Amino acid sequence: MEKYLDILVFTLAGAAFPLIAVGGGLILRRRYPDVEKERAYESGELPIGDARIPFHISYYVFALVFLVFDIESVFLYPWAVIYLHLNHVLAFLEIVVFVGILLAGWLYAWKKKVLSWM
Amino acid sequence: MSLGYVLVRSILLVLLLMGAFAYFMVMERKVLGYFQLRWGPVRVGPWGLLQPIADAVKMVSKEDTAPAGADALIFHAAPAIVLFVALGAFAVIPLGPTLHFGGFAVPLSVSSPPSSLLYVLAIASLGVYGISLGGWASQSKYALLGSLRASAQMVSYELALGLAVISAVVLSGRLDLPGIVAAQSQHHLWGVVPDILGFAIFAICSVAECNRAPFDLAEAEGELVAGFHTEYSGFRYANFVIAEYINMFTMSALGALLFLGGWNGPFGLGASFWWLLLKMAAYLFFFIWVRSTYPRIRYDRLMGFGWKVLVPAAFVNLVWIAVFVGLLGGWR
Repeated sequence: MEKYLDILVFTLAGAAFPLIAVGGGLILRRRYPDVEKERAYESGELPIGDARIPFHISYYVFALVFLVFDIESVFLYPWAVIYLHLNHVLAFLEIVVFVGILLAGWLYAWKKKVLSWM
Repeated sequence: MSLGYVLVRSILLVLLLMGAFAYFMVMERKVLGYFQLRWGPVRVGPWGLLQPIADAVKMVSKEDTAPAGADALIFHAAPAIVLFVALGAFAVIPLGPTLHFGGFAVPLSVSSPPSSLLYVLAIASLGVYGISLGGWASQSKYALLGSLRASAQMVSYELALGLAVISAVVLSGRLDLPGIVAAQSQHHLWGVVPDILGFAIFAICSVAECNRAPFDLAEAEGELVAGFHTEYSGFRYANFVIAEYINMFTMSALGALLFLGGWNGPFGLGASFWWLLLKMAAYLFFFIWVRSTYPRIRYDRLMGFGWKVLVPAAFVNLVWIAVFVGLLGGWR
């Protein structure tokens, strides 16, 4: 636990650096707010409508496929740590079955044209 | 360990990182310049060596603007999240073997939790939050598109990256970074020798994870102006850049530690943090080399490459590494 506290101290010390720079810059910086300046950049034209437009469903599908594979890859970590010390042919066969199932799922996703953009 | 000791070491490392960032940036601009048959920065100081100081003064003194429709809280928090995450991931990277000054041991990492590799991957994957939130909060179409692309790209390549890292774990049977280096030196075999495919996948994915050219679709200036940080100015923009470079340092250190033997020299030439720095420098040079050589790839090809080439290749590589370890150890 103490080791993670060290990390917290380090990240806070690191985060203080940009805070000091942004805050200290207030003395150096000038601030002239302007309607034109605060308009979102849209190639110099007046922005049309809200920027939070609906976006393509592909992003959602990719996120879903990612979630499936990422969780499955998490299961590989315990096996990866123990494999060398176990040194048993059964551990190998088990992972071949596991990766085989993963690859079957991956092939299914490909055939369903989920992996093709648009 | 006392809090003061940790704080002093943290501040030293932060200063070191900022210095490394500043001068790696000069190196990048110089090297890119030479690749393109020009000089790079030469005006400020001898050989342009004072360029980062001039840049810092400019960044700090620039006006800090926010678009009128932006979600103020998230807009201002996003660069901090990105930087916080980048530093948090770097904190467990050991920069060399523990130094000894007359009975006083100085480990060259801020902290070394028991499963530091898992920690690096977990924290580094949080970086996508800062980027997607920053783009979304900007209330600008370019920024939104850039952040959408960035999040889809980063999660896609993270998968292949994680699988390539698992192959290094299989080889060493350890989950802490010093342990992985020790295992490579104990077996007299760098990870890259049996795991060349895994290293190649890791190298490609690390470029994509850092949003660097040719995978810089998130900020493709030809189509999206500056992508997710279009609306940022001054030091908030600088935060994004600093985080990107610290992520590059983390990735180069990971590549050197997992696959290139860490701080051990080749052919048993001793162990020193200089070896690790040399390997990291070579890896960082690779980042610049790739950037100057390849054009940006199209978005559908980027996703296709990640999902249809890298992911199955990483699975196949994992099985191969398992066979290799089994044959070497003699299966029971």
